[in-house]
Amino acid sequence: MVEALLSALANLATLQHILHLVLGVMLGLAIGAFPGLGGIAGLSIMVPFLYGMDTVSALATLVGLVAVIPTSDTFTSILMGIPGSSASQATVLDGFPLAQKGEASRALSAAFSASLMGGIVGAIILTLFVQVARPLILTFGSAELFMLALLGLSMVGVLSGASLVKGISACGLGLILGSIGGAPATGEFRMTFGIDYFYDGLPLIIVGIGLFAFPEITELLRKNRPIAAGGLLAGKWFDGIRDVFKNWFLCLRCAGIGTLIGAIPGLGGSVVDWIAYGHVVQTAKDKSQFGKGDIRGVLAPESANNAKEGGGLVPTLLFGIPGSGAMAVFLGGMVLLGIEAGPAMVSTNLDLTYTIIWSLALANIIGAGSCIFLARPISRLTAIPFNFLAPFMIMVISFAAFQATRQFMDLIALLGIGILGIALKRFGWSRPAFLIGFVLAPQAEGYLNLAVQFYSWNMFARPGVLIIFGITVASVWFSSRGRGRNTENIILPVDGSSGTAQSSDRTPQMLFLIGSITTLSYAIWSSQQLSPLGSMFPFWVALGTMVLCIYQLLSLKFGSIDNPVNFDLENHTSDPTRGSIISNAGWFAVLIAITGLVGFQFGVLFFFMIFLKLKANQNWRITIALSITALAIISSLANLLIVELPTGLLSQYINLPWFLGQG
Amino acid sequence: MKKIGRRKFLASASAGLGVLGLGLARGESPNFSGQVVELMIPFKEGGGSDTWGRFNATFFSRYLPGQPTVIVRNVPGGNSIAGSNRFAARARPNGLSVLGTSASTQFPYLLQDPRVNYEYRDWQVLMASGAGGVAYVSSNLGVANIAELGSVIDKELLYGSQGPTSLDLVPVLGFKLLGLNVRPIFGMSGRGAGRLAFERGEVNIDYQTTTAYLRNVVPLIDQGNAVPLFSWGALNDSGELIRDPTFPNLPHFAEAYEILHGEKPSGLGWESWFAFFTAGFPAMKLLVAPKETPIEIVSAYQDAVISMKKDPEYIARKPAALGTYEQVTGPAAQKLYELATDVPQQARNWIRQWLRDEFQVNIEV
Repeated sequence: MVEALLSALANLATLQHILHLVLGVMLGLAIGAFPGLGGIAGLSIMVPFLYGMDTVSALATLVGLVAVIPTSDTFTSILMGIPGSSASQATVLDGFPLAQKGEASRALSAAFSASLMGGIVGAIILTLFVQVARPLILTFGSAELFMLALLGLSMVGVLSGASLVKGISACGLGLILGSIGGAPATGEFRMTFGIDYFYDGLPLIIVGIGLFAFPEITELLRKNRPIAAGGLLAGKWFDGIRDVFKNWFLCLRCAGIGTLIGAIPGLGGSVVDWIAYGHVVQTAKDKSQFGKGDIRGVLAPESANNAKEGGGLVPTLLFGIPGSGAMAVFLGGMVLLGIEAGPAMVSTNLDLTYTIIWSLALANIIGAGSCIFLARPISRLTAIPFNFLAPFMIMVISFAAFQATRQFMDLIALLGIGILGIALKRFGWSRPAFLIGFVLAPQAEGYLNLAVQFYSWNMFARPGVLIIFGITVASVWFSSRGRGRNTENIILPVDGSSGTAQSSDRTPQMLFLIGSITTLSYAIWSSQQLSPLGSMFPFWVALGTMVLCIYQLLSLKFGSIDNPVNFDLENHTSDPTRGSIISNAGWFAVLIAITGLVGFQFGVLFFFMIFLKLKANQNWRITIALSITALAIISSLANLLIVELPTGLLSQYINLPWFLGQG
Repeated sequence: MKKIGRRKFLASASAGLGVLGLGLARGESPNFSGQVVELMIPFKEGGGSDTWGRFNATFFSRYLPGQPTVIVRNVPGGNSIAGSNRFAARARPNGLSVLGTSASTQFPYLLQDPRVNYEYRDWQVLMASGAGGVAYVSSNLGVANIAELGSVIDKELLYGSQGPTSLDLVPVLGFKLLGLNVRPIFGMSGRGAGRLAFERGEVNIDYQTTTAYLRNVVPLIDQGNAVPLFSWGALNDSGELIRDPTFPNLPHFAEAYEILHGEKPSGLGWESWFAFFTAGFPAMKLLVAPKETPIEIVSAYQDAVISMKKDPEYIARKPAALGTYEQVTGPAAQKLYELATDVPQQARNWIRQWLRDEFQVNIEV
């Protein structure tokens, strides 16, 4: 083992290795900063170059690329509220409110320092853990994995906002939305309406962006002010680094959580940030600022999501089973290089494993370090008047959504989920709870099905199951402790709004509930057409959620006005300076509609012109200059990174050159 | 890719609006110089088909006339049905769009799944390659080889399957024909997940395709945790089942049948199994283009395959990336193409009936 450690160190310390690592890091940072692009886009660019490189250099480039994607995707999460990838969705919750307070540079540097720490702690844990990881991982059977999914779902308890009933209902709706597509056990297609697009369910990135970024952008459009209120930038970047030192133990714990969850194959990395976020809220004494810009809400997910990539290496290298999309890509790269993942990675190839682990740590240092220096200049973006920033953000979001499956339906789905997000926000249904349900639906159902087939009720006799069950109970107890006693301090105002928003006109809320109940009835009815294994999960989840929705409906109809269920942001505050929701959310529809006709590039051009002229009232010079800039950005991006852009009806009649989109 | 300046870009944009078609006039020898070939893979990034596509893309880029940029475009969905439907609806016969299909694409087509809107007869094959697989059991069963399996033939064995209609129908039906009492556990997210369940002790019979077997199961056998039973086998030039050249010491499936039953396999069940086995393994991966693609372009692809196989880098890297099986083109590929996409109607019906009886799976027509 010592020999392997030394040999790995020798590999690592060569100039050639470090140069290639830096190359990978820079590429990863650039790609990760753009929402919707991740390791997958990176690999497409990398693969042609992998040939002709020697193994160590190629591996260094790959590791550098994969390691820093969860670092730089934080930029848009904090600055614009656009989750850059599924790994930094939870960062949005407190990161974006901080940016709105003008403290973007503090939040960014805190996030990057936390990422750096997470990456290093992850590498240290792995160095010690990798030798014994194989037997340990094998103790996690399908029953244990199901219990872990339940543990994840229990985080809904702390992310529910004022009404627990609403939080659980939101999670239930998320679970139902997440069960669209092929059933894990039988492959039967559920709730697809015969549309190809739904075969694999809705893409996570679209649900994340639609739920969080879409409503926030609409809100900012209505208020028409810079992201940082008043255009003032407070908060110093150095404070962010100090925040990490002050909360070092929290970062350490979250890095540990990230490494372990990343290392368990099959749970998927996308829930790590939420578990870390739930953890910090549960354990914090003063919960009053979460969701309004508590720096700890940034530190927790960011230290966990970089550590997760390290953990994700374990199943990838030792079993050849990738834990996440980025790791699947990494594994693909390894195969092309001729490195065989498998048990040999901890015996004959142990030095290679250590080289990879430490390269990961080094990449995190280089990546996070360079991002910290960018934090201050880049945070100035939040001071720009929103009318200039908004069209770019709408463009970026649509681009990101389209990268999910590269079909026009991605954009339609974005619009649909975005509208749902607006409704959830307005009526105080916790969007994090919804998202957790959505993320965990396939895991919860898949492992439940397997566990039932393997063990039936005997699964509760397994020690691992009992231990995780105990942790879940403890976690629920922690989060419900004090609920209802001192509501101001305990209840998390998840959506950055005040904890309560009682409304005398309850009709809009009731209409939303009736819509939800109708959807759930459809889910129940359609599950009856399936085999028992395919229908079990959606049936029971939909039934349970429906009961809760009916309870809410009755509370609204007959309950008093200060019933915690009663929540409506629109009728609560009457702010005449705000524009209507519909006309502002409509700008997304404008871009999507033009894109559908003439393709994305011309779509962006025309959309910018219309927006800047009609909404922002700019003169023609600025309008044309900005429109052409946007077109140039999107076109060079598409051509440099060889990514596909949406095509419109036009391309079906005219054969456009490929960079303008082909059929 | 070179960066395209704004002026040049706008110029080409306006030019692009007026130009109708960049396709190749018939009779000319094709030159893809400066063009982009899109190799569509109807699966996610990082999987076996994706690796196959990316490995080959590099060499097509090197050996197609004019050295075009060959990019892999992943269009996952519905276990490759969505992407293949899209290719069927949109691909133009200009050699710039080709599709890489796999057994998961071929099976729903063969079973006449109503969601399939692609027709293999509308395509033609440019390249084909196969794979093999080995079945193995847990050493806890106390058997050393297939012959000893007869002693525990009634014991219930568990197998982790991706689903009744997936490629896993070949092993599940195979076990049944052998007379083994195997209960499939449905819902594995891939063959890797099945192997992990085996390592955890949740299932005790499994199979892996050749590359995964060599990489991850052979170490288990060396440690004494797993025992190999038989390989599926391979096809010789006249289409008969022979031992897999990668595993000359293991009996192939028909030999295993003979060991357990004392007679050669026969009957409709066997014929159906054999038809689906051929479609799934020896002809696992196909590279196709629309049927109207001009012969010159097809030949250019065939020549590229022949040239790439002589490339020292291809020779050096292929075994680790794709395994030991040959990639073929021309008449050899055509033969595999027919095996993969055309099975006798009665085999089809038999399998559909079996899926209905055994697993209550109804494939509507």
